[in-house]
Formats: sequence, structure tokens, C-alpha cells
Amino acid sequence: MIANYGYKDGSGEYFISIDTDGCNGCGDCATCCPAHALEIIVNDYDEKVAAVTDQERRKLKYSCAPCKPVSNRPPLPCQAACQPGVIVHSW
Amino acid sequence: MAQEFWRWKEYNWRDPKESWKTAKMLTAGVDVGSVSTQAAVMADGELCCFASMRTGSDSPDSARKSMEWALKDTGLKVEDIRYVVGTGYGRVNVPFANRTITEIACHARGANFMYGPTVRTVLDMGGQDCKAIRCDDKGKVSAFLMNDKCAAGTGRGMEVFADLLSVPLEQIGDLSYQVAKEPQPVSSTCVVFAKTEAVGLLRKGWPKNDVLAAYCSAMAHRVYTLLERLGVEGDFGITGGIAKNSGVVKRLEREMGLTPLTPRYDPQIAGAVGAALFGRTLAQKEAA
Repeated sequence: MIANYGYKDGSGEYFISIDTDGCNGCGDCATCCPAHALEIIVNDYDEKVAAVTDQERRKLKYSCAPCKPVSNRPPLPCQAACQPGVIVHSW
Repeated sequence: MAQEFWRWKEYNWRDPKESWKTAKMLTAGVDVGSVSTQAAVMADGELCCFASMRTGSDSPDSARKSMEWALKDTGLKVEDIRYVVGTGYGRVNVPFANRTITEIACHARGANFMYGPTVRTVLDMGGQDCKAIRCDDKGKVSAFLMNDKCAAGTGRGMEVFADLLSVPLEQIGDLSYQVAKEPQPVSSTCVVFAKTEAVGLLRKGWPKNDVLAAYCSAMAHRVYTLLERLGVEGDFGITGGIAKNSGVVKRLEREMGLTPLTPRYDPQIAGAVGAALFGRTLAQKEAA
């Protein structure tokens, strides 16, 4: 399942997509996210997977901003920590 | 009291065949949404009764009331139901639920029941958010996208417009086609700004049908961009209250070039039906 968390508003689209079929539920992304925007949940199909927390889903543009400087952008911590590489940011 | 134009029909339904009398297992789903609450009871995987009503300010109370209403005149009690699944925004507020499941999974499962196994793309236009869902032939979600930040493209936005233009909600669809020429969509995607814009258009002398048409097409375009992001695959079905608004549905159809399937029951109860189907699977798993 490709889970798209986030929103679209007048300023653009801000979605984090997590491919739950590839996610191994290790939780490395949740530990390294400075905004604590990620967590490990048990989804509706009883799989242990990463997800964006409820509170952060509506403000990803701001929560993720510190990791996304305009120039010299380093790899995103969540993506760098993800072994299977299933986290994708839309912006 | 002034007429409440936004108020939609609350009702209950029961299977005339009274299938609950011979059923081996009864399961129920309660979908406590932001605007409406539905309770659906299923007997061995077929729908036997449901109720659809406004949520109001007390979610546990509306969950209980909708269940009682669904069971009215069937001779059944809540205790007769083997497994109850709560879903929707207020899913944690269903006091008699055995388990909660998110509305995304429930709508996919419900759409699978309502539209048949060929449905691959489901658009749920609810009261306060809009979800685009892709699912497989079993109704399992393969991808989803939800816009719960803003009320554009939702039932709440429609209610606001019904009220503003003094048009009963059920008539919006038909009236929005009684225009000389299809107007430009309102440019604001935000409901509050769209309302401001609509007032401006009215004061400029636009007939209200034109304003309705402009809003419906803006809403259709708005939800289409969500679907586009996820990718559309046939067949396509719409669930949630807006599925009954032809003003949005037909314009969406035009934009997508895909005709939505015809539902077997009221598309607004898809979430509750999906929850009841999940209940059936869970109860069977428990028994095994």
C-alpha cells in the first residue's frame, strides 16, 4: 500500500509517501526525525509500518522545513535512515 | 424558524426480505463521520438494515442512536450482533465497538461491496475531507491519499453554499445545470474564500444557478487534482454524501473521461458497510 500523508493547499502539495509493502517497521525513521513527524503504527491489515503522526499531517510544510534548506540540501534524515528506501517526499 | 437549506435527509432502511431472521452471523459497522453518522448491519455478508443521520455534538450518543435507528422494527438488539467495528473520524467514540478501523480501509471495502470487485479507484467525498483510494479486487487498499486539512471539495462546503444561496441541498445538482452557459469555476479553492467570491458574483448580478455551477465545477476540479496525483484506473466509484450530488459527479465525469459505477445502495453508507464486512472477517478469524 502506498500511503500518502499530507495535504495540498494554495501554496503547493506536501505529501510524504510510504510504501508499506516495503517498510519493515524498524522505526529508524521515527527515531531520527527531528520533528517527530514519523511513528510506527499497526495498520488496518495488522502490519507494523511507519506512518506520519496525526498531528503532523496537516503541517508537513513547516515540520519538514528545517531539513529542507534552499541550498546545499543534505539527504533527508528520514530517507537516509530508511534501509528499504520506501519514504518519498513530494516537494 | 427559517428553513435550513443545508439539512439533508436522515433516514433508515431495512431489507424487505428480513434476512436477519435467518442469518448465521450478524455484524455491524458504525461510521461516525465529521458531519454524518451511519450504522449498517449485515447478515452473512449481505446488507440487512442501516440508518444515516447527522453526527451532532455528541459522538457516542449519535453512534448509539444511529444503531438503535438501524435496528428499529427488526426486533434485534445491539447484543445480538456478533461483532461491531467503529470507523470514521469519531471511531474511538463508539462505546459498543469491538474494534476500530480507519475509514480509508472501510471505504475501499465498502466500495468493493457496493460497486462490485471491478472497482479500482474510489473517491470518498465526505463531510470534512476528501480521500482518493486505489484498491484491489478484494477491496484491499493499494494506495491512498487524503486531504483533511481543508474543506474544499467536501460536503461541508456544499452545505455552506446551500445556505448562502437558499437552495435545498438535494436540488443543487439539478439547478447547477439550468444555466445558459457553463460559467468559469470559482477561482478560490478555500470554502471561506469561495463563499466570499460567490457573494461578489451574486452582487454583480449572476443568477444563483450560475454561481452553483461555478462552485460545483471548482469542486470537481479540486478533487480531480487529488485523483490525478494518485493515478486513476478503471473502474471508478464515488462514495460519501457528495456522490449523490450530480452537479459535482457529472462535472467530474467530464473532466476524468470516466463514468462512475452505479452503487447498489446509498453511497453515503459505504464506510459503515465496509466496517461491517471487516467485522465479519474479524469474527471469523476469532472463531477459527
